[in-house]
Amino acid sequence: MPLLQRRTSREAEIPTASMADIAFLLLIFFLVTTTINVDSGIYMQLPPKLEEDTPPPEIRQRNLLAVLVNSTGDVLVDGEFMQISQIRGEVVRHVTNEGRLPNYSENPDLAIVSFKTERGLPYGRYIEVLDEIKSAYIEIRDDYSRQVAGVDYTTYKGQLGEDDEDAVATKYPIKISLAEPDPGVGGAAAPAG
Amino acid sequence: MSVHFKKKSANTKQDIPTASLPDIIFMLLIFFMVTTVLRETELLVRTTLPQAEAIEKIEQKRLVSYMYIGPEKLEGTQVGEPAVQIDDAIVDDLTEIRNIMYRKVLEEPRMIISMRVDREVETGLLYDVQQELREAETLRINYSTTREAPSGG
Repeated sequence: MPLLQRRTSREAEIPTASMADIAFLLLIFFLVTTTINVDSGIYMQLPPKLEEDTPPPEIRQRNLLAVLVNSTGDVLVDGEFMQISQIRGEVVRHVTNEGRLPNYSENPDLAIVSFKTERGLPYGRYIEVLDEIKSAYIEIRDDYSRQVAGVDYTTYKGQLGEDDEDAVATKYPIKISLAEPDPGVGGAAAPAG
Repeated sequence: MSVHFKKKSANTKQDIPTASLPDIIFMLLIFFMVTTVLRETELLVRTTLPQAEAIEKIEQKRLVSYMYIGPEKLEGTQVGEPAVQIDDAIVDDLTEIRNIMYRKVLEEPRMIISMRVDREVETGLLYDVQQELREAETLRINYSTTREAPSGG
């Protein structure tokens, strides 16, 4: 009997006063180790592997805008020497031509920008040019989105539901072709096939 | 007037209730635990990323697999020849990339490769790596860049 009494008198509680301190310590650890920044960059789709005997698809010359960059960073767009800052306007003109001028594309769906560089070009410059091409497409899409929906493309895309058709992306598909690299130059790796 | 004020303040309790403090802290803690990504790889190559304007964020972080290309880090601040690093090791033979990537893409077919390439690497090496990626049919890539401060144009 006295044993039972003693037991009930004792309080069976965990002290929770230090709980906040423990949680704070953990919190600070995770605050320090966390990396919130999401990875961002230029998204590209590589062309699929070449099959042995499939001929390359036929593209009419006028639908193709060839952007060539040599190893010192000089840019040649459809055979004309250009500054990097001029590329954007040229791509916009090419894609939104709708068959008006004879040496630009027939319609946005057929328009292709082909991007090719020499092997010696530094990657920083490569991204710079690719960024210009990509920016041109974003500019076109923003313009068209403002026409049809009154908002820029990112807002428009955010408003789309799961099954809604992205009319802007359908109208102006991004077709940047990373051209086949020249085989054998440098010869650092085994060529495909 | 002032007497009234004094009376009021004297009646109310002065201390902030701290009973819910642990709960608040726990909430924050759980948030950071969920969003945190512990750095799992040690970089063996230098990757100074280029800057670009037209960039998108990758929303699905689970799909991302990283590849690092850059001059190999040597002792001190010296750097050596350009090398390719996947996960935690440097790939010596570029033709191995296709096997590594093929195995990865079997696990996650929608995988995106985030290419963290040093700005001074020659594009020739990049092309060789991309040819290997095409062999492995890992076609979704992302050139990782930092955001450029928007200029006047």
